[in-house]
Amino acid sequence: MKKILQIENVGMAFSTKQGSYTALRKINLTIREGEFVTLIGHSGCGKSTLLNLVAGLTLPTEGILLCDGREIGGPGPERAVVFQNHSLLPWLSCFENVYLGVERVFGRLEGAPKLKKRTEAALTLVGLGDVQAKFPNEISGGMKQRVGIARALAMQPKILLMDEPFGALDALTRANLQEELMRIVADTGATTVMVTHDVDEAVLLSDRVMMLTNGPAATIGEILEVNLPRPRQRLALAHDPVYAECRAAILEFLYHKQLKRAA
Amino acid sequence: MHAASLNGVVIDAPPKRKVSTVESTHATSIAKPDVPLAVAVEPPALQSNRNNIWRNLLKVLAPPLFGLLLLIALWALVSVKGGSIPGPMKTWLAAVKLFADPFYNNGPNDQGIGWNVLASLQRVGIGFGFAALVGIPLGFMIGRFDFLNRMVGPIISLLRPVSPLAWLPIGLLVFKRADPAATWTIFICSIWPMILNTAQGVQRVPQDYMNVARVLKLSEWKIFTKILFPAVLPYMLTGIRLSIGTAWLVIVAAEMLTGGVGIGFWVWDEWNNLKVEHIIIAIFVIGIVGLILEQTLILVARRFTHDSN
Repeated sequence: MKKILQIENVGMAFSTKQGSYTALRKINLTIREGEFVTLIGHSGCGKSTLLNLVAGLTLPTEGILLCDGREIGGPGPERAVVFQNHSLLPWLSCFENVYLGVERVFGRLEGAPKLKKRTEAALTLVGLGDVQAKFPNEISGGMKQRVGIARALAMQPKILLMDEPFGALDALTRANLQEELMRIVADTGATTVMVTHDVDEAVLLSDRVMMLTNGPAATIGEILEVNLPRPRQRLALAHDPVYAECRAAILEFLYHKQLKRAA
Repeated sequence: MHAASLNGVVIDAPPKRKVSTVESTHATSIAKPDVPLAVAVEPPALQSNRNNIWRNLLKVLAPPLFGLLLLIALWALVSVKGGSIPGPMKTWLAAVKLFADPFYNNGPNDQGIGWNVLASLQRVGIGFGFAALVGIPLGFMIGRFDFLNRMVGPIISLLRPVSPLAWLPIGLLVFKRADPAATWTIFICSIWPMILNTAQGVQRVPQDYMNVARVLKLSEWKIFTKILFPAVLPYMLTGIRLSIGTAWLVIVAAEMLTGGVGIGFWVWDEWNNLKVEHIIIAIFVIGIVGLILEQTLILVARRFTHDSN
């Protein structure tokens, strides 16, 4: 499989009032096309920082990131981000929110009817074909996050980046959206990097789980391959020994090897 | 002045709305006698519903109505003891006479109160309009470019506390006429809240939205029309509301100094004529017009404020 993302010896230091703060060091990671990778770790370990580096929202102080063989020098629609707090523009309808990205990516090549069709297709993909005209404050939190996913997917990114996309949702809505996400990823074959702090979410969704050590100067401590066949069924997995093993491995890492002193 | 009006707007908004409903009760109180007749015909369920509505209405209206009555009573007391201040009744009769023909015109120095109010509103409108034309784009630039912010910041801090009336002689010197000089003071007093609030709005555009813009790689024009402008609009409208409030305060004083047609000059004129009841009427008129301006802008602002969640 093609390498879509290469992270080589990346380090990130922020300058603060107390001096330089090293958030990440020596991150090495290669992600293949179509892979689903999650980043997991205790809060404050730098998962989101790493995702922002891939997004290009911040630039690394050391090392290099390559997307499809080209250096990442800034943000761009080929690395679409689903933000934790959905970040929909409240003055635009759901349709317009998605259309904004579609227009930017395909506007030069395609006419308005085709752009409209793309937008509608993306909203239908996330199961929101019928609420296009509504504004973000008129729909539920789960629906907003779906619109966020639709906005990202509609741009046909090379990589889909998700920063704890379901963190602010209740457990049932979250489970529902996880299933949806698995279906969408299976349908589109999107390469996905997702930040999470939910162990079950990581095992259920991922091909590989990257476990980050505690900050400061966090790095990838362990990589877990999740060898579970797809499509995966949440209920069936509950009694699957491989699932339990993966889950135990992550818990072991988080709560034994990287136990954080009471935060 | 700015801080006071800012606080006043935020905290006093609900009671003020009640005051405006008091005005509408003058109309409903006339309709009141009809209601019992209508109720008598209706089935009991509807009747009790009606009763509830009246009870709630009474609950909402009683305190402001009581306040207003207290004010009038105090005023009556003062007028009886004070001697030279006309009482509520005398003022009311004068007002009835005055508002019977608000738009007469007997030359530049003797016009109806309606013309005077309109003349003041026109000055406020023009001065305010120019202030918006200059202040809002300037606010956007100051908010967007830190260099500009730090360049202009001290100048604004220096000039903002100066009473706009201090600028009146400069206006007279430059424009050679009283009327544009009054408009000039309005311009000066309106521009600060507009610059500062717009700039603050730009600086407070949520970083999330700007990140969206960066990930989508939107053009500067798209960033402005789809993100910056809608996000700043509520702040801008706050600036506009504060400006209008200040402008309406200042115009009365400015017109007292410049003369001509206008509610401020009218107050001064009536003082020279020793028609104190007219001055009291003017105080009410100025208050009501100011209230209407502010409430209108609050309504507009509500229309353009978006919940981010």
